[in-house]
Parts: sequence; structure tokens; C-alpha cells
Amino acid sequence: MTANTKSILLAGVGGQGTILMSKVLTAGLVSAGYDVKMSEVHGMAQRGGSVSTQVRYGEKVYSPIIGRGEADVLVAFEKMEAVRYAEFLKPGGAAVINDIEIMPLPVATGAAEYPLGTVEAMQHSFSKVLVIPASGIAQKLGNPKCMNIVLLGALVRAFRLEAIDWKKAMGETIPQKLLEMNLAAFDAGYAYGG
Amino acid sequence: MESCTKHLLTGNEAIARGAFEAGVKVCSAYPGTPSTEIFENLVRYKDVLYAEWAPNEKVAVEVAYGASIGNVRSLAAMKHVGVNVAADPIFTAAYNGVGAGFVIVSADDPSMHSSQNEQDNRRYARFAKIPLVEPSDAQECKDFMKEAYEISERFNTPVLVRMTTRVCHSKSLVTFEEREEREVKPYVRNIPKFVCTPANARVHRVQLEERLEELRAYAETSPLNVTEYKGGKVGVISSSIAYQYAKEAFPEDTSFLKLGFSWPLPLDLIRAFAARVEKLYVVEELDPFLEEQIKAAGIECIGKDVIPDMYELNPEIVRRAVFGEEPETVKPDCAVVARPPALCPGCPHRGFFYVLSKRKDFVIAGDIGCYTLGCAAPLSAMDSVVCMGGGFSVAMGLSKAFEASGQDSKKVFGVVGDSTFFHSGMTGAAEIIYNKGKVIPCVLDNSITGMTGHQDNPGTGYALSGEIAARIPIEDVLKSYGYQNVIIVDPQDLAAMQKAVDDALASEVPAAIVVRRPCLLIKRIKHDIGKCTVDRDKCRGCKMCLKVACPAIHMREGKAEIDRTLCVGCTVCAQACPFGAISRDGGPSAKKGE
Repeated sequence: MTANTKSILLAGVGGQGTILMSKVLTAGLVSAGYDVKMSEVHGMAQRGGSVSTQVRYGEKVYSPIIGRGEADVLVAFEKMEAVRYAEFLKPGGAAVINDIEIMPLPVATGAAEYPLGTVEAMQHSFSKVLVIPASGIAQKLGNPKCMNIVLLGALVRAFRLEAIDWKKAMGETIPQKLLEMNLAAFDAGYAYGG
Repeated sequence: MESCTKHLLTGNEAIARGAFEAGVKVCSAYPGTPSTEIFENLVRYKDVLYAEWAPNEKVAVEVAYGASIGNVRSLAAMKHVGVNVAADPIFTAAYNGVGAGFVIVSADDPSMHSSQNEQDNRRYARFAKIPLVEPSDAQECKDFMKEAYEISERFNTPVLVRMTTRVCHSKSLVTFEEREEREVKPYVRNIPKFVCTPANARVHRVQLEERLEELRAYAETSPLNVTEYKGGKVGVISSSIAYQYAKEAFPEDTSFLKLGFSWPLPLDLIRAFAARVEKLYVVEELDPFLEEQIKAAGIECIGKDVIPDMYELNPEIVRRAVFGEEPETVKPDCAVVARPPALCPGCPHRGFFYVLSKRKDFVIAGDIGCYTLGCAAPLSAMDSVVCMGGGFSVAMGLSKAFEASGQDSKKVFGVVGDSTFFHSGMTGAAEIIYNKGKVIPCVLDNSITGMTGHQDNPGTGYALSGEIAARIPIEDVLKSYGYQNVIIVDPQDLAAMQKAVDDALASEVPAAIVVRRPCLLIKRIKHDIGKCTVDRDKCRGCKMCLKVACPAIHMREGKAEIDRTLCVGCTVCAQACPFGAISRDGGPSAKKGE
């Protein structure tokens, strides 16, 4: 049931801004008249750990979370996190991946090695994979933290979500002094997503 | 308020809104994931209600209950394990009854996203003999709060509103209503009702059972219990977030009995529902709380025979459990490395644990907070973590065990944070002095309640409202207890940290250490931020710097490298480097506190 419900899974590292991106996403989807549910993680998991946020929308949404094989889109804020959460993606689902590596503590301390070929493995497994240097683009724009909104722009372009007024959604969720920078980040991500 | 507009709220925001609309006037809580944002949002209504952070959950319940005795509607909120701390007054409040409406919110954490256990607090309702309300989305959080206050006043009882992480932290659309300002009855002393002497308690005991009979009758017709009849083939009884999962997992023609008022159970309603369906499932997260009672009433159902009784559920788990459907998934051919939470770069706890990690004869009883992460490799500087405030008292037990078994060479440290010190660490500090413990109590004072997302406490000098409050100096408390040698040290200065530990161990008089440096994430403080760099010519690849367990340092081509986007220039790694290969840009400054 609720076959027309769509699910977007945002995965990243605590502190990367998955929650802000999901706020903008949900504000946009609500303004478009969808029923929306969103689930986020707080507390212990935020301290540099792996985090995920889920956004679901449709005519009527029941569960705020999904299980394995249920996401239509995976937005990975970090390369290895894409692979970690890949099993939550539908076999025909799509992924947007920020092309950066953040070393987890076991790698930093030398107890493990960061895996090679994360992006290639994703491209081999899923037909729709967009890899974008979102962190680099945000850095060039002057604020590395805007990386999440660069990813949003790319997501909107790549998955044809243009019917929604995202700039208005950003205006509702992002503090005024940071808005201009984030609007530029959105445009840069949008241009890349084409 | 514009009533037609829908607002996208988390369950926690909606609980706060519900309390506001219900005309609540006094609110007290201790922060804890996943409950914390209830009060962070409640304080937005501070013009019409009073909301505070209490030192612990027991205090919060007592304050809220006192307000109820004083005839104003009141609220206490906490995470699930906080209810253990607050259980004493809750059980007695159930006997006494209430003045005005009194609601306790328990936020449970199935799957232990941020907790030490996943206890199912629905059992507390039955144990304490108080009614249980379970919302399953944000709209229900708001609406059920208002009904909970009605129930509390109509039946003269505290009400337990039980949330779970996914109800607390999931957003869904909510319609607002106006706040209902309630007339407050003048306070009149009522000794038989509110003084729990055994003679009064014996009277209350009978009244309690009579009240439960009335609540059983209410449950049968409560608007919170809803039958959605869609046909006689399959029926599902469910509550809380499990209802939302079951709605997705079962086909359209499944009938549902959704229990928003889930204790005392409406057994007649359940019996009638069961009679109308061929096959009955009970879908609930964690314990078979509903199922056991339904089966005990002689009603046949399928529950934990198929549904897992551990960890949180989701639609896929329910589908697999009931229908045996395996989801189609793709697993990329690439290994992933675990990404556990870690102490942040520049975390003041790092220097403390680094110094203590060097000695094998140190035994360290830890506590609940960011500093619990001192247990993680490669620091691994912790022997036990049990509960809030337990750091000192568990250390006391360890030291007495070592004394009793001839293992006197071990040096025992008890560790609590500033918030846990005021929560229940103070009693442990008294215990160590009173019973001559061979323990060094250490308070890791980062000037905030860190892990839950930066809430104030009696040591920070600010209240929940943001107003300036009395700041209780931890060292003054310890001195007044009889710790004649209280050493205050900046953990970012490793030599000073080492000296503090050595001095405390050598002290002739009772010693304690206050390890003080504010968390770098506190926004109201101006921090001294910089960057460290590795001189690759001086670095010999000895990996000593990796032992400080900083996410900003790793090895590249045999030499240490610092990630400049993560580094904040705390210099702990530089002090750990035996070859002087790491330095802070612009000079070695900033290792001392501001």
C-alpha cells in the first residue's frame, strides 16, 4: 500500500548538514501539497558518527522511516556512506554522491584502511549515479558548509523536482544572513546536476 | 493562531505545543535524547508558562507534581532511563492523586540510538498503576497531550505519555489550536490526600483500584482508541509508531484497532474486534506488552511469535516477519569501515583521557555523556559506564573490592561531567568522603550538558529561559564535602593534566580533580581556534600522535597528516609528539585556557 509514496534517504557524517538539507526538502514538498514525514537522528550518533535522515512524501504517508530496498533516491554526503546505505536503495533507485572522503576514526588511527573504489562500486550496482564535487564547489563559493545545498541543487535537477519553489523553501528554513550564499550554492549544484 | 495552516513539527515540538494549548503552567525536565527538544520548544511559550531544566529527573517530577498539588497543570519530561531515576515520586503520586492535571512524558529509545538500554516504559504505567497514552505521529502528540490532561483531572491520576525515538524525532503535519487558559482553583491544604503516611496510603490503595476500574471503562470508549474496519480476513492491534509501520506492511483490506490509550487495556473492545476478524495480529515494538494481556484474557493472537521483540521495527521488518517477504536489495562490491562516534577535534575530554590512558594500573569508572567516548580505542581509558551519576559510586565499589581482595596497587578514578555531577554525582562524592574511599573523583567540567545538544545546568550560570542564573562552583561543593585538595586543571595542557593526576594520587588529604575547559561547540564563548601542521621532515612516523584519537589526524605515506578542515588547533597532538614535528600555525600559543 501507499505505492505512490517516494522516499529520499540522506546519509552522511554527523555535522555535515543532513538535517538542514532535509528541512529545506520537507518545506518544499509541503508547499507543493504533499503529505510529508521526515525522520532524523540526534544525540550520540551526531559526534562524527554515520548519520541518516529520511524524507518521505506522497498522498498519504504512514511510516517516517524505511527499511532495506525502499529508498527511491540516496543522497550520500560522503563516498563511503553511499556504500554503507546502498542496501536501503531500491534496485532501480538513484544516488547522488558528494565526491569526498572523510576518514573515520579506525582509519585515522591506522586500525583500518579507507576502501578503494567506492564510487565505481556504486556505479556498477545502480544505473543512475551522479557524482558531484559538492564540497569543492561549496569551498569555491566561500563557505564549505553550503555543501548540503549544492547537493540539493544537484538532486533537484537530476530528479526533475523543479515544479517546487525551492528558493521559497530555502527562504523559510535558512537564516537571512546565510540565504544569499545558499541560493548561490543551490544554483551551482543545479548547474552541475544537468 | 491560524487554525487551517498545517505546520511540519517533530513529535517533540508537538508535545510542547500540546502542553501549551492545554494551558499548562509549570514544566520541569532533565535533558536526554530523544526527549530534549520538548523543553527547548516549550520555552518559546515562556510568556504564559514556566519551564526549567531540573538537576535530574526525580527533581523534575517532584517539581511538576508539586505544581499539580498547587492546582496548576504541569508537565515533566525525560528519556526512558530518566523514569528509573524519577520512579519514586511517580509511584507515590499515583497513590495520592493529583491537584490539577499532571503528565509525565517518557521518551523511549528502541534500538538504543543514544542510550544504554531499550527498556519498554509502557510497563511503568502498569507497574505504577497510571494510565498510558501513546501517540504515533506529531498531530497525535499534540492532540493526545490535551486529552491526557483531561484524563488526569477527570480520574485524579498522573498520566504517562510514552514516546519513542521515531515519534520524537519524526516530522509530520500538525494543525494548531488556541491555548486554553484554565481557571486555577485556590489552594487549600489537604493532608489526607497529599501526605503519604501509611494510614493515608492504605486509604489511597483502595481508591487506586477503584480509579483503575473507572479507567478500564474509559478505555473502552476513549477517543484515542480507534477501530478501522476494512474486512474480516485479517485484523491488527497496534500502538505508537508500530501502527504506522503496520499500516504500510499490511494490505489495504486489513482491519486495525489502534490503541492510543493503551493501559488499562480496553479488553471488551479488543474482544469485539477479535471476534470480527479471522486472523488477529498484535504488532508492537519491544516487549509483548499488549500481547501478554490480550492472551491472558483468553483472546487468540499472533504477536512475538513472528514480530521481533528486540530493536526498533520498520515497515520492511514487519513485512518480512508477517509475510516472509525479503526486500530486493543491491549490495555494492566494496567493503566499508565502521564510523563510530568519536570525541570531536579539540574536545577538552581528550587531554584527560590521553593522560589516564598511559597507566595500566588505573581503573576508571565512567559515566553517561560525551566523555563516555573516552572508552573508544585507542584511548580505551574506561572500565565501566553504568548510569548518570554512577561514575563516583561505581568507582567506590571498585576500590572497596580491591581493598577487600588485596589488589591495593590499583588506582581508582571516578569520572562524571558537570551536568551529571549535579544530576546525581554529588551523592557519590559524599559517599567517597563519608566512607573513606580510595578514589580520585574527577569532574570533567566542559561547562555544558554536551551530548544531548548543549543544555544549561546548575554549573553553567544560565537557565533554560536563557536568563542569567546562579552558578554553583563545583569546586566549592567538593570543598564543603571535605575534599581539602581540589585541583582545577586545563586538560589541554598535558603537562599540567599529568601533574594534577600525580598530585591527587600523592595527596595526604582527600583530593578531587575538576578538569575544566568549555566545550568548543558552545556558541556564547569566543574560542581560541587555530590550525596545526605536521613538519614532514621532523615526523618520524612513530604514530604517537594517533594515540590521542583525534579524527583530524591520520597517516599518509608513512607520515602524520592533519586535516585542516577538521583541526581546531588544540595542540594536544603536538604535545604528544616526541619529536616536536607538530606545531600550531603562528606559534605554539593557546595551549593554556583563555
